[in-house]
Amino acid sequence: MSIINQEGLDFYREIREKSGQPIELCYQCQKCASGCIATEYADFYPNEILRLVQLGQKEKALNCSSIWICSSCETCGARCPNGINTRAVIDVLKEMAIAENMVKEKKVHLFHTTFLNSVRANGRVHEPVMLAIFKLKSKDLFSDLGFGFDMFKKGKMPLLPSRVKNRKILQNIFKQSYQ
Amino acid sequence: MKLSYFPGCSLESTGKEYDLSSRAVCKALGIELMELKDWVCCGATSAHSTNHTLSVALPARNIALAQEQGADLTTPCSACYSMLKKTDYTLRNDETMRQKTENITGFKYDGKVNVLSLLEAIITGIGVKSIAKSVKKPLKGLNVVCYYGCLLVRPPEVTQFDNRENPESLDNIINSLGAHTIPWSYKTDCCGASLSLTSSDIVQKMVGRLLNAAKEAGAGAIVTACPLCQSNLEMRRNKGDTDIAAFYFTELIGLAMDLPDTDRWFKLHLVDPRPLLRSLSLVR
Repeated sequence: MSIINQEGLDFYREIREKSGQPIELCYQCQKCASGCIATEYADFYPNEILRLVQLGQKEKALNCSSIWICSSCETCGARCPNGINTRAVIDVLKEMAIAENMVKEKKVHLFHTTFLNSVRANGRVHEPVMLAIFKLKSKDLFSDLGFGFDMFKKGKMPLLPSRVKNRKILQNIFKQSYQ
Repeated sequence: MKLSYFPGCSLESTGKEYDLSSRAVCKALGIELMELKDWVCCGATSAHSTNHTLSVALPARNIALAQEQGADLTTPCSACYSMLKKTDYTLRNDETMRQKTENITGFKYDGKVNVLSLLEAIITGIGVKSIAKSVKKPLKGLNVVCYYGCLLVRPPEVTQFDNRENPESLDNIINSLGAHTIPWSYKTDCCGASLSLTSSDIVQKMVGRLLNAAKEAGAGAIVTACPLCQSNLEMRRNKGDTDIAAFYFTELIGLAMDLPDTDRWFKLHLVDPRPLLRSLSLVR
Protein backbone atom coordinates (compact mmCIF):
# COMPACT_ATOMS: atom_id res chain seq x y z
CA MET A 1 0.00 0.00 0.00
CA SER A 2 1.25 3.48 -0.67
CA ILE A 3 -0.29 6.74 0.36
CA ILE A 4 2.16 8.97 -1.48
CA ASN A 5 2.68 8.94 -5.25
CA GLN A 6 5.99 9.34 -7.06
CA GLU A 7 5.48 13.06 -7.69
CA GLY A 8 4.80 13.62 -4.00
CA LEU A 9 7.84 11.61 -3.01
CA ASP A 10 10.03 13.60 -5.40
CA PHE A 11 8.70 16.82 -3.91
CA TYR A 12 9.45 15.67 -0.35
CA ARG A 13 12.96 14.57 -1.35
CA GLU A 14 13.70 17.84 -3.11
CA ILE A 15 12.65 19.95 -0.11
CA ARG A 16 14.53 17.60 2.23
CA GLU A 17 17.72 17.95 0.19
CA LYS A 18 17.58 21.69 -0.49
CA SER A 19 16.72 22.66 3.08
CA GLY A 20 19.09 20.12 4.64
CA GLN A 21 16.53 19.68 7.41
CA PRO A 22 15.49 16.27 8.86
CA ILE A 23 11.82 16.82 7.95
CA GLU A 24 11.07 13.10 8.42
CA LEU A 25 11.72 13.46 12.16
CA CYS A 26 8.72 15.71 12.83
CA TYR A 27 6.28 13.83 15.06
CA GLN A 28 3.74 16.64 15.39
CA CYS A 29 4.46 17.66 18.99
CA GLN A 30 3.36 21.20 18.01
CA LYS A 31 5.97 22.95 20.11
CA CYS A 32 6.66 25.12 17.04
CA ALA A 33 2.98 25.98 16.63
CA SER A 34 2.67 26.95 20.30
CA GLY A 35 5.38 29.56 19.89
CA CYS A 36 4.42 30.79 16.42
CA ILE A 37 2.85 34.22 16.55
CA ALA A 38 2.60 34.73 12.79
CA THR A 39 0.74 31.74 11.41
CA GLU A 40 -2.25 32.29 13.65
CA TYR A 41 -3.04 34.91 11.00
CA ALA A 42 -2.62 32.46 8.11
CA ASP A 43 -3.70 28.97 7.03
CA PHE A 44 -1.20 26.38 8.36
CA TYR A 45 0.88 26.07 11.53
CA PRO A 46 4.57 25.18 11.12
CA ASN A 47 4.01 21.52 12.09
CA GLU A 48 1.22 21.31 9.50
CA ILE A 49 3.55 22.64 6.82
CA LEU A 50 6.08 19.92 7.70
CA ARG A 51 3.34 17.30 7.53
CA LEU A 52 2.25 18.53 4.10
CA VAL A 53 5.84 18.14 2.89
CA GLN A 54 6.18 14.68 4.49
CA LEU A 55 3.04 13.61 2.64
CA GLY A 56 4.13 15.10 -0.67
CA GLN A 57 1.25 17.59 -0.81
CA LYS A 58 3.09 19.90 -3.20
CA GLU A 59 0.30 22.20 -4.25
CA LYS A 60 -1.05 22.72 -0.74
CA ALA A 61 2.41 23.40 0.66
CA LEU A 62 3.49 25.79 -2.10
CA ASN A 63 0.21 27.59 -2.61
CA CYS A 64 -0.34 28.47 1.04
CA SER A 65 -0.42 31.76 2.86
CA SER A 66 1.62 30.76 5.92
CA ILE A 67 4.98 30.50 4.18
CA TRP A 68 4.67 34.22 3.27
CA ILE A 69 3.15 35.40 6.55
CA CYS A 70 6.00 33.68 8.46
CA SER A 71 8.21 36.50 9.72
CA SER A 72 11.31 34.26 9.92
CA CYS A 73 11.55 34.79 13.68
CA GLU A 74 13.26 31.37 14.08
CA THR A 75 11.24 30.42 17.18
CA CYS A 76 10.03 27.13 15.66
CA GLY A 77 13.55 25.92 14.90
CA ALA A 78 14.99 27.02 18.25
CA ARG A 79 12.35 24.98 20.11
CA CYS A 80 12.13 21.90 17.89
CA PRO A 81 13.09 18.78 19.89
CA ASN A 82 14.20 17.12 16.64
CA GLY A 83 16.45 19.92 15.41
CA ILE A 84 14.35 20.89 12.40
CA ASN A 85 14.85 24.50 11.33
CA THR A 86 11.42 25.07 9.83
CA ARG A 87 12.36 28.58 8.68
CA ALA A 88 14.91 26.99 6.35
CA VAL A 89 12.21 24.63 5.01
CA ILE A 90 9.86 27.57 4.48
CA ASP A 91 12.54 29.51 2.57
CA VAL A 92 12.91 26.59 0.16
CA LEU A 93 9.12 26.37 -0.24
CA LYS A 94 8.91 30.08 -1.05
CA GLU A 95 11.65 29.86 -3.65
CA MET A 96 9.90 26.90 -5.26
CA ALA A 97 6.49 28.59 -5.10
CA ILE A 98 7.94 31.48 -7.10
CA ALA A 99 9.46 29.12 -9.69
CA GLU A 100 6.15 27.22 -10.01
CA ASN A 101 4.08 30.40 -10.14
CA MET A 102 2.11 29.46 -7.04
CA VAL A 103 2.60 32.53 -4.84
CA LYS A 104 -0.43 32.96 -2.60
CA GLU A 105 0.54 36.23 -0.89
CA LYS A 106 1.32 38.35 -3.94
CA LYS A 107 1.77 41.56 -1.98
CA VAL A 108 4.55 40.06 0.15
CA HIS A 109 6.31 38.80 -2.97
CA LEU A 110 5.91 42.21 -4.60
CA PHE A 111 7.62 43.77 -1.60
CA HIS A 112 10.56 41.37 -1.86
CA THR A 113 10.93 42.04 -5.59
CA THR A 114 10.79 45.81 -5.10
CA PHE A 115 13.31 45.61 -2.26
CA LEU A 116 15.78 43.52 -4.26
CA ASN A 117 15.41 45.74 -7.35
CA SER A 118 16.54 48.61 -5.15
CA VAL A 119 19.57 46.58 -4.02
CA ARG A 120 20.34 45.60 -7.60
CA ALA A 121 20.23 49.24 -8.72
CA ASN A 122 22.31 50.84 -5.97
CA GLY A 123 23.84 48.07 -3.91
CA ARG A 124 21.89 49.44 -0.97
CA VAL A 125 18.20 49.98 -0.35
CA HIS A 126 17.12 53.54 -0.82
CA GLU A 127 14.16 53.32 1.54
CA PRO A 128 12.19 56.43 0.39
CA VAL A 129 12.08 55.44 -3.30
CA MET A 130 11.74 51.71 -2.61
CA LEU A 131 8.76 52.33 -0.33
CA ALA A 132 7.14 54.75 -2.78
CA ILE A 133 7.45 52.24 -5.64
CA PHE A 134 6.04 49.47 -3.44
CA LYS A 135 3.13 51.62 -2.32
CA LEU A 136 2.37 52.60 -5.92
CA LYS A 137 2.55 49.06 -7.26
CA SER A 138 0.45 47.64 -4.45
CA LYS A 139 -2.11 50.43 -5.02
CA ASP A 140 -1.90 51.47 -1.41
CA LEU A 141 -0.29 54.87 -1.71
CA PHE A 142 -1.95 56.61 1.21
CA SER A 143 -1.83 54.23 4.18
CA ASP A 144 1.51 55.40 5.61
CA LEU A 145 1.78 58.80 3.96
CA GLY A 146 1.63 60.60 7.33
CA PHE A 147 4.61 58.64 8.64
CA GLY A 148 6.45 59.32 5.38
CA PHE A 149 6.02 63.09 5.73
CA ASP A 150 6.94 62.93 9.38
CA MET A 151 10.17 61.10 8.65
CA PHE A 152 10.93 63.40 5.71
CA LYS A 153 10.61 66.45 7.98
CA LYS A 154 12.95 64.82 10.49
CA GLY A 155 15.54 64.23 7.78
CA LYS A 156 15.15 60.46 7.85
CA MET A 157 14.26 60.16 4.20
CA PRO A 158 17.35 61.05 2.16
CA LEU A 159 16.47 62.21 -1.36
CA LEU A 160 19.48 60.68 -3.03
CA PRO A 161 20.43 57.03 -2.74
CA SER A 162 23.75 55.98 -1.28
CA ARG A 163 25.41 53.80 -3.90
CA VAL A 164 28.21 51.26 -3.88
CA LYS A 165 31.27 51.93 -6.05
CA ASN A 166 32.16 48.41 -7.08
CA ARG A 167 29.30 47.79 -9.52
CA LYS A 168 31.05 44.89 -11.20
CA ILE A 169 30.95 42.60 -8.17
CA LEU A 170 27.38 43.67 -7.39
CA GLN A 171 26.21 42.89 -10.93
CA ASN A 172 28.02 39.59 -10.88
CA ILE A 173 26.37 38.59 -7.58
CA PHE A 174 22.91 39.21 -9.03
CA LYS A 175 23.69 37.66 -12.41
CA GLN A 176 25.03 34.44 -10.96
CA SER A 177 22.41 34.16 -8.23
CA TYR A 178 19.63 34.25 -10.82
CA GLN A 179 21.25 31.79 -13.25
CA MET B 1 39.27 47.84 20.38
CA LYS B 2 38.90 48.26 16.61
CA LEU B 3 35.90 46.88 14.72
CA SER B 4 34.66 46.99 11.14
CA TYR B 5 31.27 48.68 11.21
CA PHE B 6 28.31 47.70 9.04
CA PRO B 7 25.51 50.27 9.47
CA GLY B 8 23.05 48.73 6.98
CA CYS B 9 20.38 50.47 4.91
CA SER B 10 17.86 51.22 7.67
CA LEU B 11 20.44 53.08 9.72
CA GLU B 12 20.80 55.54 6.83
CA SER B 13 17.11 56.48 7.07
CA THR B 14 14.41 55.14 9.42
CA GLY B 15 16.95 54.08 12.04
CA LYS B 16 19.18 57.13 11.80
CA GLU B 17 19.24 57.77 15.56
CA TYR B 18 20.46 54.21 16.09
CA ASP B 19 23.44 54.91 13.81
CA LEU B 20 24.21 58.26 15.47
CA SER B 21 23.94 56.90 18.99
CA SER B 22 25.92 53.72 18.17
CA ARG B 23 28.82 55.73 16.76
CA ALA B 24 28.80 58.22 19.64
CA VAL B 25 28.59 55.58 22.37
CA CYS B 26 31.31 53.39 20.84
CA LYS B 27 33.62 56.38 20.56
CA ALA B 28 32.97 57.31 24.20
CA LEU B 29 33.52 53.70 25.35
CA GLY B 30 36.78 53.38 23.44
CA ILE B 31 35.59 51.20 20.55
CA GLU B 32 36.94 52.45 17.23
CA LEU B 33 34.39 51.77 14.49
CA MET B 34 35.76 51.66 10.96
CA GLU B 35 32.83 51.79 8.54
CA LEU B 36 33.11 48.96 6.05
CA LYS B 37 34.26 50.53 2.79
CA ASP B 38 31.72 50.07 -0.02
CA TRP B 39 29.43 47.78 1.98
CA VAL B 40 26.39 46.31 0.20
CA CYS B 41 22.91 45.60 1.54
CA CYS B 42 22.69 42.28 3.43
CA GLY B 43 19.64 41.30 1.34
CA ALA B 44 17.49 40.96 4.47
CA THR B 45 14.25 38.96 4.45
CA SER B 46 13.71 39.62 0.76
CA ALA B 47 16.86 37.76 -0.30
CA HIS B 48 16.47 34.71 1.93
CA SER B 49 12.77 34.44 1.06
CA THR B 50 13.34 34.35 -2.67
CA ASN B 51 16.90 33.32 -3.60
CA HIS B 52 19.17 31.32 -1.32
CA THR B 53 22.32 31.92 -3.37
CA LEU B 54 21.80 35.67 -3.26
CA SER B 55 21.09 35.57 0.49
CA VAL B 56 24.56 34.14 1.07
CA ALA B 57 26.43 36.07 -1.63
CA LEU B 58 25.37 39.59 -0.52
CA PRO B 59 26.49 39.19 3.13
CA ALA B 60 29.61 37.31 1.91
CA ARG B 61 30.64 40.41 -0.02
CA ASN B 62 30.64 42.30 3.30
CA ILE B 63 32.59 39.56 5.06
CA ALA B 64 35.13 39.82 2.22
CA LEU B 65 35.42 43.57 2.83
CA ALA B 66 35.84 43.01 6.58
CA GLN B 67 38.55 40.47 5.85
CA GLU B 68 40.37 43.14 3.83
CA GLN B 69 40.03 45.59 6.70
CA GLY B 70 41.33 42.94 9.08
CA ALA B 71 38.99 43.55 11.99
CA ASP B 72 35.96 41.75 13.41
CA LEU B 73 32.66 42.88 11.96
CA THR B 74 29.87 44.44 14.00
CA THR B 75 26.45 45.83 13.14
CA PRO B 76 23.76 47.40 15.34
CA CYS B 77 20.88 46.04 13.20
CA SER B 78 19.63 42.60 14.29
CA ALA B 79 18.41 41.70 10.81
CA CYS B 80 21.74 42.57 9.17
CA TYR B 81 23.53 40.76 11.99
CA SER B 82 21.46 37.65 11.36
CA MET B 83 22.23 37.61 7.62
CA LEU B 84 25.96 38.21 8.20
CA LYS B 85 26.21 35.67 11.01
CA LYS B 86 24.27 32.98 9.11
CA THR B 87 26.46 33.53 6.08
CA ASP B 88 29.60 33.22 8.20
CA TYR B 89 28.18 29.98 9.63
CA THR B 90 27.49 28.66 6.13
CA LEU B 91 30.94 29.63 4.83
CA ARG B 92 32.53 27.95 7.86
CA ASN B 93 30.53 24.72 7.73
CA ASP B 94 29.27 24.10 4.19
CA GLU B 95 32.12 23.52 1.77
CA THR B 96 30.02 23.32 -1.40
CA MET B 97 28.28 26.57 -0.61
CA ARG B 98 31.56 28.19 0.35
CA GLN B 99 33.17 27.36 -2.99
CA LYS B 100 30.13 28.54 -4.89
CA THR B 101 30.00 31.80 -2.93
CA GLU B 102 33.73 32.41 -3.27
CA ASN B 103 33.37 32.10 -7.04
CA ILE B 104 30.46 34.53 -7.18
CA THR B 105 31.97 37.18 -4.92
CA GLY B 106 35.61 36.71 -5.96
CA PHE B 107 37.25 36.26 -2.56
CA LYS B 108 38.84 33.52 -0.50
CA TYR B 109 37.20 33.02 2.90
CA ASP B 110 39.78 32.67 5.66
CA GLY B 111 37.42 32.50 8.66
CA LYS B 112 39.44 35.03 10.65
CA VAL B 113 36.71 37.65 10.91
CA ASN B 114 34.16 37.25 13.68
CA VAL B 115 30.64 38.62 13.24
CA LEU B 116 29.19 40.32 16.33
CA SER B 117 26.00 42.18 17.06
CA LEU B 118 26.79 45.58 18.56
CA LEU B 119 25.18 44.41 21.81
CA GLU B 120 27.57 41.45 21.92
CA ALA B 121 30.56 43.63 21.00
CA ILE B 122 29.80 46.05 23.81
CA ILE B 123 29.07 43.44 26.48
CA THR B 124 32.06 41.21 25.66
CA GLY B 125 34.49 43.94 24.61
CA ILE B 126 33.73 46.58 27.24
CA GLY B 127 31.75 44.75 29.90
CA VAL B 128 29.09 45.79 32.37
CA LYS B 129 31.54 46.97 35.05
CA SER B 130 33.32 49.41 32.74
CA ILE B 131 30.00 50.73 31.45
CA ALA B 132 28.83 51.30 35.04
CA LYS B 133 32.03 53.22 35.74
CA SER B 134 31.46 55.53 32.78
CA VAL B 135 27.96 56.52 33.95
CA LYS B 136 27.74 60.23 34.79
CA LYS B 137 23.98 60.57 35.02
CA PRO B 138 22.33 57.44 36.47
CA LEU B 139 18.94 56.79 34.88
CA LYS B 140 17.15 56.78 38.23
CA GLY B 141 13.44 56.14 38.16
CA LEU B 142 13.42 54.77 34.63
CA ASN B 143 11.57 51.45 34.62
CA VAL B 144 11.99 49.48 31.40
CA VAL B 145 11.54 46.09 29.82
CA CYS B 146 14.32 44.87 27.52
CA TYR B 147 13.18 43.65 24.14
CA TYR B 148 15.79 41.53 22.34
CA GLY B 149 13.56 40.51 19.45
CA CYS B 150 14.14 37.39 17.38
CA LEU B 151 17.48 37.40 15.75
CA LEU B 152 20.05 38.33 18.40
CA VAL B 153 19.69 34.91 20.02
CA ARG B 154 18.20 32.72 17.28
CA PRO B 155 19.00 30.35 15.69
CA PRO B 156 21.05 29.46 18.79
CA GLU B 157 23.50 27.16 16.99
CA VAL B 158 24.43 30.10 14.74
CA THR B 159 24.38 33.06 17.15
CA GLN B 160 25.95 31.25 20.14
CA PHE B 161 24.98 34.25 22.23
CA ASP B 162 23.15 34.57 25.54
CA ASN B 163 20.15 32.46 26.58
CA ARG B 164 17.77 31.70 23.71
CA GLU B 165 14.60 31.93 25.84
CA ASN B 166 15.56 34.36 28.58
CA PRO B 167 18.53 36.49 27.49
CA GLU B 168 20.01 38.84 30.07
CA SER B 169 22.89 40.75 28.47
CA LEU B 170 20.81 43.78 27.58
CA ASP B 171 19.16 43.80 31.03
CA ASN B 172 22.63 43.77 32.61
CA ILE B 173 23.75 46.77 30.56
CA ILE B 174 20.61 48.77 31.27
CA ASN B 175 20.79 47.97 35.00
CA SER B 176 24.39 49.16 35.05
CA LEU B 177 23.13 52.56 33.84
CA GLY B 178 21.06 52.98 36.99
CA ALA B 179 17.74 52.18 35.32
CA HIS B 180 15.52 49.37 36.55
CA THR B 181 14.72 46.47 34.26
CA ILE B 182 11.55 44.48 34.83
CA PRO B 183 11.34 40.78 33.97
CA TRP B 184 8.71 39.93 31.36
CA SER B 185 7.89 37.03 29.09
CA TYR B 186 8.14 38.78 25.74
CA LYS B 187 11.89 39.39 25.45
CA THR B 188 12.30 37.36 22.28
CA ASP B 189 8.82 37.49 20.74
CA CYS B 190 8.55 38.78 17.20
CA CYS B 191 7.44 42.35 16.35
CA GLY B 192 6.30 41.32 12.87
CA ALA B 193 9.43 42.60 11.15
CA SER B 194 9.03 43.38 7.44
CA LEU B 195 5.37 42.28 7.49
CA SER B 196 4.86 45.83 8.69
CA LEU B 197 4.67 47.00 5.10
CA THR B 198 2.68 44.16 3.58
CA SER B 199 0.33 43.15 6.40
CA SER B 200 0.30 46.11 8.76
CA ASP B 201 -2.93 44.93 10.42
CA ILE B 202 -1.17 41.76 11.63
CA VAL B 203 1.84 43.72 12.87
CA GLN B 204 -0.47 46.09 14.70
CA LYS B 205 -1.82 43.12 16.65
CA MET B 206 1.67 41.78 17.39
CA VAL B 207 2.89 45.20 18.55
CA GLY B 208 -0.27 45.72 20.61
CA ARG B 209 0.44 42.48 22.43
CA LEU B 210 3.99 43.61 23.26
CA LEU B 211 2.95 47.08 24.41
CA ASN B 212 0.18 45.70 26.61
CA ALA B 213 2.58 43.22 28.21
CA ALA B 214 5.11 46.00 28.84
CA LYS B 215 2.44 48.18 30.44
CA GLU B 216 1.20 45.27 32.53
CA ALA B 217 4.77 44.73 33.77
CA GLY B 218 4.83 48.35 34.88
CA ALA B 219 7.38 49.63 32.39
CA GLY B 220 7.57 53.20 31.16
CA ALA B 221 9.67 52.23 28.17
CA ILE B 222 10.81 49.36 25.97
CA VAL B 223 14.50 49.05 25.11
CA THR B 224 15.33 47.71 21.65
CA ALA B 225 18.40 46.63 19.69
CA CYS B 226 16.97 46.59 16.17
CA PRO B 227 15.71 49.31 13.79
CA LEU B 228 12.83 47.13 12.64
CA CYS B 229 11.63 46.40 16.19
CA GLN B 230 11.96 50.07 17.07
CA SER B 231 10.04 51.40 14.05
CA ASN B 232 7.30 48.78 14.42
CA LEU B 233 6.88 49.61 18.12
CA GLU B 234 6.55 53.29 17.23
CA MET B 235 4.61 53.15 13.94
CA ARG B 236 2.28 50.22 14.44
CA ARG B 237 0.81 51.15 17.81
CA ASN B 238 -2.69 52.53 18.23
CA LYS B 239 -2.92 56.16 17.22
CA GLY B 240 -2.25 58.51 20.10
CA ASP B 241 -0.89 55.78 22.39
CA THR B 242 2.08 57.50 24.03
CA ASP B 243 2.05 55.59 27.34
CA ILE B 244 5.19 53.65 26.53
CA ALA B 245 8.37 55.10 25.02
CA ALA B 246 10.81 53.05 22.95
CA PHE B 247 14.58 53.54 23.04
CA TYR B 248 17.55 52.04 21.29
CA PHE B 249 19.85 50.66 23.99
CA THR B 250 22.68 52.82 22.67
CA GLU B 251 20.59 55.95 23.30
CA LEU B 252 20.21 55.03 26.96
CA ILE B 253 23.94 54.34 27.33
CA GLY B 254 24.60 57.75 25.74
CA LEU B 255 22.10 59.46 28.03
CA ALA B 256 23.64 57.88 31.15
CA MET B 257 27.12 58.87 29.95
CA ASP B 258 25.76 62.39 29.51
CA LEU B 259 26.88 62.59 25.89
CA PRO B 260 26.11 65.92 24.19
CA ASP B 261 23.94 64.78 21.25
CA THR B 262 21.17 62.85 22.99
CA ASP B 263 18.51 65.45 22.30
CA ARG B 264 19.25 65.20 18.58
CA TRP B 265 18.58 61.44 18.67
CA PHE B 266 15.36 61.70 20.65
CA LYS B 267 13.98 64.34 18.26
CA LEU B 268 14.13 61.79 15.46
CA HIS B 269 11.70 59.40 17.14
CA LEU B 270 8.18 59.03 15.78
CA VAL B 271 6.95 58.78 19.37
CA ASP B 272 8.73 61.46 21.38
CA PRO B 273 10.38 59.87 24.46
CA ARG B 274 11.30 63.22 26.02
CA PRO B 275 8.11 63.76 28.06
CA LEU B 276 8.94 60.58 29.99
CA LEU B 277 12.57 61.64 30.47
CA ARG B 278 11.51 65.14 31.53
CA SER B 279 9.12 63.70 34.11
CA LEU B 280 12.12 61.89 35.62
CA SER B 281 14.34 64.98 35.31
CA LEU B 282 16.69 63.07 33.02
CA VAL B 283 16.53 65.73 30.29
CA ARG B 284 15.61 69.37 30.37
